[in-house]
Parts: sequence; structure tokens; C-alpha cells
Amino acid sequence: MKIIKIFILILILFYFSPLKANEDKLQNNITKNLRCLICQGQSVYDSDSEFAISLKLVVKNKIKEGLSEEQIYNFLSEKYGEWILYDPKFNKNTYFLWFLPLLIFLIGGAIIFKKLIKIKR
Amino acid sequence: MKSKIISFLIIIPLILVFIIFYKGLNKSNFYEPKSKIENIPVFTATTFFQKKKINSQNIFVKNKFYLLNIWASWCVPCRDEHPLLVNLSKNDKLEIIGLNYKDNLKNAEKFLIELGNPYKKILIDRDGTKAIEWGAFGVPETFLVFENKIVKKFVGPLNFKSIEEIEEIIK
Repeated sequence: MKIIKIFILILILFYFSPLKANEDKLQNNITKNLRCLICQGQSVYDSDSEFAISLKLVVKNKIKEGLSEEQIYNFLSEKYGEWILYDPKFNKNTYFLWFLPLLIFLIGGAIIFKKLIKIKR
Repeated sequence: MKSKIISFLIIIPLILVFIIFYKGLNKSNFYEPKSKIENIPVFTATTFFQKKKINSQNIFVKNKFYLLNIWASWCVPCRDEHPLLVNLSKNDKLEIIGLNYKDNLKNAEKFLIELGNPYKKILIDRDGTKAIEWGAFGVPETFLVFENKIVKKFVGPLNFKSIEEIEEIIK
């Protein structure tokens, strides 16, 4: 009887652990993309400040409530502005930010291309 | 001609970088989040003295000014602003609600006995999640509320100027 009980217990543990692991992974992913507002230069995931500890808890609760990653980002950027997200959204304020690398890449490419043609000649 | 262009190309970015850094260093490093919340959040919290659960909708009734003050006994700036709050609590156009942030309740009680209790109601935020609902990121922070909307937000301790501002708004 005892063996059966232990067996059932182990089975339950194995059944729930992947679920929990998935939740933790999502929580870590989200908190890594959140800026700790009172300890700039650190993500919420890395920080142990009071604010970060509470924010981790809020993210955990929101995941439990069934909110998606996107919904949690929206919820937090409504509370704290977009600054809290490390990955800024694509909008008219961030066009420059998103297109700058592409622009630099194109200009660099053009310079190299021009030089190559010159060498060929 | 070519060397002139090259030196020009080097000097211009250097000047630009200098201007950016000079301006950037003059700017205060303190970041205040640009919160987009207008309506106050709905939440349930336990009251400080009666230890009863209460919904925020039963606290912030329409047609009255409320001042939600996030405080803690361990927070030194809260000590500085507390006499101002006690003074402000004499104004009957305004109800001051306290949100006790991540505090030891015994210490909080001592704090109130020592400095006075300006709060009509005090709610407990043991894990700091309620403060996040308000878009707060530290203590003290104060929100002036009217008709379930945040009229004004004060980050950091209140001072004479902010008290004057509050009194001007609730006039």
C-alpha cells in the first residue's frame, strides 16, 4: 500500500513539474526583457531590489491569471511607459532606432561596393 | 583637398559627440516613468487596523478628493514628509489614504504613534504588488485622486511646494 502511495506521489510530481518549469521559463523570459527602473543598467531578472522583487511577483501572478507575454508587456508599459521594455515597440517614436542599423549597413555596403568597383577598374 | 575632407569628417563627429555628452551629463539621471494610467486601479487590500479585506471601489467614492500616499516606516524620506501630511489631514476637502509598503506592521504602528496618523484608512501592501498597480516604483509616492482619476502624481517626498499645489487644486 505504501509503495503505491509513494508511486502516486512521484507520478503527480512528474506530471506537474514540466508545467511549473514552463511557467518559470516564461517568467524569466519576460523579466529579462524588463528594465529595473530604480537600478538602471540591470534587468528586473538580474536585480534584487524591492521594486524588482515585487515586479517578478506581479509577472508570476499575471502568468497564473492566464495573460500572454504580449499582454503582460502591454500592462506594464501602460503603468511605467515604454522605458520599462528593453525591446522597444515599433512606433513613430522608435522608427529612427529601428532603421538606423539598417541605414548604417546600407551606407557601409554602398561604400564597400564603390571601392570594389574602383579596384576592378 | 582629400586630407581636408578627412580631417573635416573626423572633427565633425567629435564635435557632435562632445555636444551630446555635454548635454547628456547636464541632464539629471533621475528617470520618472511616463505612466499612461489615468483611471485608478481596482484592487482588494487588507486594512491596517481592522485587518478586513476591502475593495478599492469602496474607498474612492466619487465627488471627493483623495490623496493616496505610499509609505513605510523604514523609509527615511517618509519621515520628512509625514508632518506635512498630518497638517494636510486637517483639510476636510481631502481624505488621505495610506498604502503601507512592504513594512513590518509593528514598526509601522510605532511610526504612527510617534509622528501622528494623518490617514483616514490605511491599506497593507505586504508584497509591493499593489504599488505596482498604481505605477509606483518606490516610497514615498503620492497620488491625488478625483472621480476615480489620477489628477496629479508626486514621486518622492512631498514638500511645501507640492502641498501648495494640492491645496490649489482642491480649492
